[in-house]
Amino acid sequence: MNWANAIVQGLLLGGLFALFACGLSLLFGVIGVINLAHGDLAILGAYVAIAILPSTHTNALWALLFVPPIFAAFGYVSQRTLLQRSLDNGPLTTLLVTFGLSVVLQNALLEGFSADSHSLSIGKLATDAFRVNSTIAISYLRLGILVVAITVLAGVQLFLARTSTGRQIRAVADDGEAAAISGVNTRHITGIAAGIAFLTVALAGMAFGTYAQFAPTSGSNLLLFAFEAVIIGGLGSLWGTLAGGCVLGLAQTIGAQIDPSIGTLSGHLVFLAVLAVRPSGLLPAKAFG
Amino acid sequence: MTATTEPPALGAAVLAATELTVRHGQLTALREVSIDVHAGEVFAVVGANGAGKSTLLRALAGLHRAATGTITLDGENITALSPSQRVRRGIVLVPEGRRLFSSMTIEENLLVGAANGRPGDWNLDRVYDLFGWMRDRRREKTDHLSGGEQQVVAIGRALVANPRVLLIDEMSLGLAPVIVQRIYQTLPTLIGNNMSALIVEQDVAQALRVADRFQCLLEGRTTLAGEPRDHTAEQVEAAYFGFGPAVAS
Repeated sequence: MNWANAIVQGLLLGGLFALFACGLSLLFGVIGVINLAHGDLAILGAYVAIAILPSTHTNALWALLFVPPIFAAFGYVSQRTLLQRSLDNGPLTTLLVTFGLSVVLQNALLEGFSADSHSLSIGKLATDAFRVNSTIAISYLRLGILVVAITVLAGVQLFLARTSTGRQIRAVADDGEAAAISGVNTRHITGIAAGIAFLTVALAGMAFGTYAQFAPTSGSNLLLFAFEAVIIGGLGSLWGTLAGGCVLGLAQTIGAQIDPSIGTLSGHLVFLAVLAVRPSGLLPAKAFG
Repeated sequence: MTATTEPPALGAAVLAATELTVRHGQLTALREVSIDVHAGEVFAVVGANGAGKSTLLRALAGLHRAATGTITLDGENITALSPSQRVRRGIVLVPEGRRLFSSMTIEENLLVGAANGRPGDWNLDRVYDLFGWMRDRRREKTDHLSGGEQQVVAIGRALVANPRVLLIDEMSLGLAPVIVQRIYQTLPTLIGNNMSALIVEQDVAQALRVADRFQCLLEGRTTLAGEPRDHTAEQVEAAYFGFGPAVAS
């Protein structure tokens, strides 16, 4: 590995982090829920893909047709039942409820799938790469994930900016009560926002599952990376989230280039540095405006 | 358009509350207050700070739950409906402090207001026609606007939902008198055919100038009600502060 390669790989890794962070950013920005079960939901997405695929050799891309819609519905229902009820009780309750959900998910996955690690099989695509030059090779899979991340973030941003439902989501994020008296059915609208957030979580979880081995407890680390990407990028801005993911990815691969054992650590250090120097993040915006 | 040329429906109660009681925790903010807003009229609720005016308006909009009492729109009981369901039936609140969506443009604010309203004559174009400056500046974010401009946008956001009853809470708060004057001058052009207005105002003189009927609240109770011309300033003052003959009677 050399420096140029570290940068390329860092940006590619950033795509995965940004995809993870998208749902967290949306859920916090629009609904005000800090979802501590975010990482576990992503892992659940990967396990659901395993569960619905007929065999471990089936190309996991087929699961893309089923898992994201299932999660979108799951998100809507969770918001209308569990999350909204906890929100009505104040922000602390949502922290406790999502933390509880995280514990429940991890243990349910342990029961259902044991502690063995799994991965999603996508055939040759997982290992194929094209060489840019003698030192830089770009994996089709990693590039694909970055493209998916950019597409998802751009799609969500466009949806929020251009559609009537998107405008209503932003209205609720700005001022929920004012939205209600303007005729916005706030519970339905926040349900849709949660559905979108869960859909992106499922995509991120499946992307991770094709990327690396995962076990029922893998979610906690993912949550941390997603948080860092959101904070580095700036709350309430999806482009910021993409930037945050890339900065985190770069920090990790460049750190690993210096010393292979400090990759993750250098990501955390950059996160702390951003918090100290620029607490509002790199590209802060108000409510996805 | 003046009140005397209104269709025969004029005078029928559109929005009515009967013996409405609203509590904020231990505090009873409204005690068995009744009110009825007729078709095509401007109805003013006046009273001192803490009299329960805003609570009344917010309860009518569905933001506070009624402890007892009922709210009806055209005779239909709407007490249990959510704020957004009431908007669909034609009760739209312009809240105290404007409460625009600050990260959004003027046009987006209006589009949100129009998205769930009733069908009717009011649309974005008609609002732009009424307030000429808005059309050119419709792509500006609302947090850069002056207080008076924000108030006008907030009214526009409510109008595009085609309300049957427009509830306006403390319109003049924080605005220069000349701006308030100008906004109040447009009020009669809005009210007509199918729209009534229920306004809450601390500036009693201003409210009584524009209102067809009024009601005075004191500590959550009605102390005086009627048409402005039937009551002297002294009577209103007595009802407002809670002393003198108006309360005794």
